[in-house]
Amino acid sequence: MATPPLLVVEDLKTHFFTRRGVTKAVDGVSFTLHAGETMALVGESGCGKSVTCLSLVRLVPEPAGRIVAGRVLLEGEDLLTKSPGEMRRVRGKKIAMVLQDPMTSLNPALTIGTQVSEVVRLHQKLRGAALRERVLSALRRLRISAADRRLVQYPHQFSGGMRQRVSSAIGLSCEPRLLIADEPTTSLDVTIQAQYLELLKEVQAAAGVAIILVTHDFGIVAAIADRVAVMYAGRIVEMGTTLEVFNNPSHPYTRSLLRCLPDAGLGRQKLVEIGGQPPDLSRLPAGCPFAPRCPERQAICLEQSPPTVSVGNGHLAECWATKPVSSPGSP
Amino acid sequence: MIEAFGLKKYFPASSGFAIGASGWVRALDGVSVKVGAGETLGIVGESGSGKTTLAKIILLLERPTAGSLRFDGKDVASFTRDDLARYRRSVQAVFQDPYSSLNPRMRVEHIVAEPLPRNGDMSRAEKSDRVREVLQLVGLRRDSAVLYPHEFSGGQRQRIAIARALVTYPKFIVLDEPVSALDVSIRAQILNLLKGLQEKLGLAYVIISHDLAAARYLATRMAVMYAGKLVETGECDAVYGVPLHPYTEALLSAALPLHPSARRQRIVLRGEVPNPMKPPDGCRFHPRCPKAMERCSNEEPEGREVKPGRFTACHLY
Amino acid sequence: MRVRSRELPWFAGAILIALVLTAVFAPYLAPQSPTEGDITQKLIPPFGMEGGEAGHPLGTDRFGRDVLSRVIYGSRISLIVSLLAIGLSGTFGTALGLISGYRGGLTDSLLMRCADIGLSLPTILIAVVLVAVSEPSFQNVVLVISFLLWPRFARQIRGETLAVKEQDFVALAVVAGRSSTWIISRHIFPNVVPTLLVISTLQVGYVILLEGTLSFLGVGVPPPNPAWGLMIAEGRGFLATAWWITLFPGLAMLLTVLAVNLMGDWLRDHLDPKLRQVGSRAEAEPATIEPVPEARPRGAAAGADGG
Repeated sequence: MATPPLLVVEDLKTHFFTRRGVTKAVDGVSFTLHAGETMALVGESGCGKSVTCLSLVRLVPEPAGRIVAGRVLLEGEDLLTKSPGEMRRVRGKKIAMVLQDPMTSLNPALTIGTQVSEVVRLHQKLRGAALRERVLSALRRLRISAADRRLVQYPHQFSGGMRQRVSSAIGLSCEPRLLIADEPTTSLDVTIQAQYLELLKEVQAAAGVAIILVTHDFGIVAAIADRVAVMYAGRIVEMGTTLEVFNNPSHPYTRSLLRCLPDAGLGRQKLVEIGGQPPDLSRLPAGCPFAPRCPERQAICLEQSPPTVSVGNGHLAECWATKPVSSPGSP
Repeated sequence: MIEAFGLKKYFPASSGFAIGASGWVRALDGVSVKVGAGETLGIVGESGSGKTTLAKIILLLERPTAGSLRFDGKDVASFTRDDLARYRRSVQAVFQDPYSSLNPRMRVEHIVAEPLPRNGDMSRAEKSDRVREVLQLVGLRRDSAVLYPHEFSGGQRQRIAIARALVTYPKFIVLDEPVSALDVSIRAQILNLLKGLQEKLGLAYVIISHDLAAARYLATRMAVMYAGKLVETGECDAVYGVPLHPYTEALLSAALPLHPSARRQRIVLRGEVPNPMKPPDGCRFHPRCPKAMERCSNEEPEGREVKPGRFTACHLY
Repeated sequence: MRVRSRELPWFAGAILIALVLTAVFAPYLAPQSPTEGDITQKLIPPFGMEGGEAGHPLGTDRFGRDVLSRVIYGSRISLIVSLLAIGLSGTFGTALGLISGYRGGLTDSLLMRCADIGLSLPTILIAVVLVAVSEPSFQNVVLVISFLLWPRFARQIRGETLAVKEQDFVALAVVAGRSSTWIISRHIFPNVVPTLLVISTLQVGYVILLEGTLSFLGVGVPPPNPAWGLMIAEGRGFLATAWWITLFPGLAMLLTVLAVNLMGDWLRDHLDPKLRQVGSRAEAEPATIEPVPEARPRGAAAGADGG
């Protein structure tokens, strides 16, 4: 693609410093994202996907957490060097977030009209009728019917799925360039989830917003992501287009995960387990973090960190066992 | 072995100072299922479907407002003390949350031994042996018995919960979302464990889940619930392969397959799950049903055997 | 419960230990008798002031009794009254709270109405009336305070019971065939104990003050017992001239209540059941799972198996 990327993350590292030691929640994450793209960050709990998102908007809980290295370039500007004031202008206007739990994302004591206006007023500096129009259109965009009546309602009068749509409306109201959605459908019913994902795709097509979708559900990845990054122990172990990664999983963790997930469509194919436990991020062993559980482990995996190997078409994997493949014309 | 006939459960929804109910939450509205020895019945549905209420009734944690439950032919309502004790030994449960299923202040051995009858013919030593035996069965070390729950991970705790469910040599285990709260890579471990145990011990399961894939992995028969009613039942592969009821179709298409190119024609339903206090007239699904007809808003469809072994409640048939 | 040494409540703990030791060893510590005084020695100021003597470091009261000795012996009264009152009301209140919370329904409503009535009674007024009607004595003070205190325990414990009842292990105990009595005593009560400890500790301060107030009003522990409240009352007429009669017992009370409250706060912060211990993970993986090499990371993986 000739257009410059919207977001470039280079070697991001976020560590937590506690009495027990240093927890390397994010340990060298790099990726790029273009406008209008949806990238999924996939992994289990503790893999660092949520902390990565918090790092992008610099909302990592301090003083325990700190971004210790890396660059986050949004439209060419490094967010990590900005002042708190500048960051506040970025949040909401250029980057928006939608979180998992719609119950706690919205203030139960304020009407949703107030909550949406708050954001619009802050970033767009609109007042009166113009403000109201903008709020209504933000709600309508998320297919919230009878928006004018719903402006004066409170969160508890909405169902879970609707609340998530309201949260998303708040996020999208100022036309951000990037939307970060952290497990937005985990607490929703499956049919409501389907509704929401459709909606998200629609909105993206209309507004050209880039989406980073954090999830542990490969089904969601397959359904709406253009690209996917698989995370483990604070690192991206595999990254590429969704089709590539599913057709040709090039990291043992990805392969193991795909084999151990039951698929409603495929019936009772035997699930192959991944033995052992996820690692303790404050006591990571030398070498590849997945090595202790890896069915394809070799001696070198336990000693040295694996290199990033290209498997063609921008598909990367961090593994000793993966053989590099160069596709014609790719770097 | 366990048969439920026309179970209804209405909860009074009183608010504030009102004396008596200002309305009824119709959690279950006429559900009949049965499970035989060695079978696995999967019950799937979303929030408000009534599946958890059904589980609680089967476990005798709630009494139905109407309808009956039979165990080996005998009506539960006429159980004697001994009958009840026998039921409790035969029917056990594993719940969703591995952190709240184990009393943090009890040692694992006491937790696992809890279902064993207090008075009774097992000596302390025999109970202790049985506990260790069953811990090993679920893949934990025998000496984990002396530890406390907080020393175990989520997946391990769920194993402890399963061990407790096995200690009385039950015939029947109700699994209420047994893997939903576990990490994705641990789910396979537990699902395989459950499957293995079933084969080894000849258990019958009722697995309740909103995760269609997990349910399918274990179930031989499937029951789909919506808004307190049963909309379809049948043999598992048949229901997944050729769903009859439009809701089942939608549910299956929303259960995202694990491949980008395997996108089924996705059916996205409009609207929300109905208010359990005021369900729609006629068929409860009709406001959201892509195939709704005139009849559906007036007349509630009855569950009928539409093909051999396939029941559904829909006017299309 | 692992606690770093610098987090321990040194100040509060030291005072409380001193209090207990003083109460226990009063006869050895007090230089004079607390109840008998030499009237010729009345109103002597504390040592170091003009007219003070070494033999009466904190001075004497209007009957010539040594203030220091009285304060020392007074600690016994405060301690015993609070322990007894809290023990009694705590036991009764907890039992009621457990039953009320677990059973719910009518039982719960009735018991909680009683507790509400109890809580809305004007404490001091009722205490005064009750003791005045029955006559001031040690037992009566304990009984009256217990009567006023039990609703606080009952309400709090009921609240905790409701929370614990929601935990799955309670439902599973029912599925296991256990009786309500077993469930309440083996499941609910042990999980309610931390709250109980915290409430108890925090009530000690209140009880000491209450007893002090009652004694001050003349309806508490009867004279010549060296109750701190009584001493404060007796010194009332001499505040300008012999202020030490009131000051020292007042200080003693202040320090004790302060220490007890600090301790209660600390307990509450540290016994929060939400603090989940992820200590050494049991090496509980069996041989049936894919064998992993010795190089696997040992120790806790914090919360990694959460949902």
